[in-house]
Amino acid sequence: MNSLTSLLGWVDERFPLTKLWKEHLSEYYAPKNFNFWYFFGSLALLALVIQIVSGIFLAMNYKPDAGLAFYSVEYIMRDVEWGWLIRYIHSTGASMFFLVIYLHMFRGLIYGSYRKPRELVWIFGMLIYLALMAESFMGYLLPWGQLSYWGAQVIVNLFSAIPFIGPDLSLWIRGDYVISDATLNRFFAFHVVAVPLVLIGLVVAHIIALHEVGSNNPDGIEIKKHKDPKTGLPLDGIPFHPYYTVKDIVGVIVFLMVFSAILFFKPDMGGYFLEYANFVPADTMKTPEHIGALWYFNPFYAILRATPPMFGSPLPGVIAMGAAVMVFFFLPWLDRGAVKSIRYRGTIYKVAVWLFVVSFISLGFLGAQVPTPLYTVLSQIFGVIYFAFFLLMPWYTKIDKCKPVPERVTG
Amino acid sequence: MSQNEVDRSKRRFLIAATTAVGGVAAVATVIPFVASMLPSQRAKAGGAPLEVDISKIEPGMILNVEWRGKPVWIVNRTKDMLDLMAKHDDKLVDPKSEMMQQPEYAKNATRSIKPEFLVAVGVCTHLGCSPTFRKEVGPADLGADWPGGFFCPCHGSKFDLAARVFQGVPAPTNLVIPPHKYLSDSRILIGDDSKGA
Repeated sequence: MNSLTSLLGWVDERFPLTKLWKEHLSEYYAPKNFNFWYFFGSLALLALVIQIVSGIFLAMNYKPDAGLAFYSVEYIMRDVEWGWLIRYIHSTGASMFFLVIYLHMFRGLIYGSYRKPRELVWIFGMLIYLALMAESFMGYLLPWGQLSYWGAQVIVNLFSAIPFIGPDLSLWIRGDYVISDATLNRFFAFHVVAVPLVLIGLVVAHIIALHEVGSNNPDGIEIKKHKDPKTGLPLDGIPFHPYYTVKDIVGVIVFLMVFSAILFFKPDMGGYFLEYANFVPADTMKTPEHIGALWYFNPFYAILRATPPMFGSPLPGVIAMGAAVMVFFFLPWLDRGAVKSIRYRGTIYKVAVWLFVVSFISLGFLGAQVPTPLYTVLSQIFGVIYFAFFLLMPWYTKIDKCKPVPERVTG
Repeated sequence: MSQNEVDRSKRRFLIAATTAVGGVAAVATVIPFVASMLPSQRAKAGGAPLEVDISKIEPGMILNVEWRGKPVWIVNRTKDMLDLMAKHDDKLVDPKSEMMQQPEYAKNATRSIKPEFLVAVGVCTHLGCSPTFRKEVGPADLGADWPGGFFCPCHGSKFDLAARVFQGVPAPTNLVIPPHKYLSDSRILIGDDSKGA
């Protein structure tokens, strides 16, 4: 024990180990009234670790070569010891990552966690989301199945719709005139090296920014306003470790139970986590019957398809889809409400959030369907509601009648 | 000026100069990396423009060539074909080629540079099958009003001899006209439409 303490002292004189531990865990004071919604931050971190670890082991047997890629995935599934498990962990993990991230973002939305002084926490978070979308899109090309190939074809072609530079830009992204071996190889490099590095950096920035300003809570009030006069610690705060580390472990166990249930019993999730058309090798001369996005992109895909083309160019749809993602960045400045948390907001905001949730989920459903005239009209209606939620926010949050906010957290 | 004083203007100049020169070096360093993502020489050779001799295509006949892994049709349309083609605009989805499925110079009634020669990518805009050339007028299987054109055996999409899609079929748009130009009366270059030599 004594020698361990002295070893720690030796390290601390050279590296702020104890200081970091205290700052971010044992003496990071988080509000004591965290609820169910606060599981998803730490679960997102867990999902990232799962993806990185399973990804490293997949890369040991995967071949980023248009002629070999599909069969190397089959090889992993059939011949590599436990390869099927590692691959299913990675594919299930991708969907679970997005599920957790969406719930985490929804938490931020309803409790106003993006509001001053947490604007940068939100923006770093949104950048993580963007990086994650890029990571997922490029990873999806790697198995080199029919949907990998044609999905990438569709998405890269979207860049061609950009005026002037579009065609050259999509050529530069592909590195060839069609999606080819060159594209596969560079997507592999981005997927396993570049984007993960960016992701980890952004996660660190997200957490540093959070720990600088302190966590929000379901009441949307600042615990730093009421400090113990003697110790200077927030009266409504508890140290992250051990209180929330232990709480989060419960979340981790439940998460892993759900994860394992999917992993072992329904790894393809009925075609949603692994799409059936992707079990056919990429065929450059034959387009699959229905090119669908992965479920977590479907709301945006629905908006893309529902926006009518202009002069035969899909540019308006591309802009609408891009705007549907980017508009989240402006949330801290669109919200003019007097309070942060939905608990103390008026009826208008609550109705608006519900309408948004309904349209987001409906768009997700519609994006997965083969388009029919009715579905297109529905997508347009929900798309309008989606954008109205953001664009009208400065107005409706201002006129909304908020309830008085308590001084201290309500547990 | 004494030895200990800081010459601020000199310091500012040095900082600005170092930043500017360093910035130029940084941009110059980025160029090879960005350029390395452009199509390689091998990819460019694989996707190079294709020169085709069209003098051997008899009137009313089609020549199939392969360009960038896709079938490209060259049809020598007869006067009768062209006349018949102009009479069914009301049955087409996009008779005037408003949608950007062709270069600007092919946005005309025949969707071509020279009226008689159609150059089109033979890949159905529905699901990428390759339609078949059906030039005969009014065959039994396509109906008496068939003016000659292309029929996709996969899902029944129909196109006329200008590769324009008929209404009521699965394909949403006209077939793609690739960039091309005439090198002489008998030779065309598919995949390159730049002006000059």
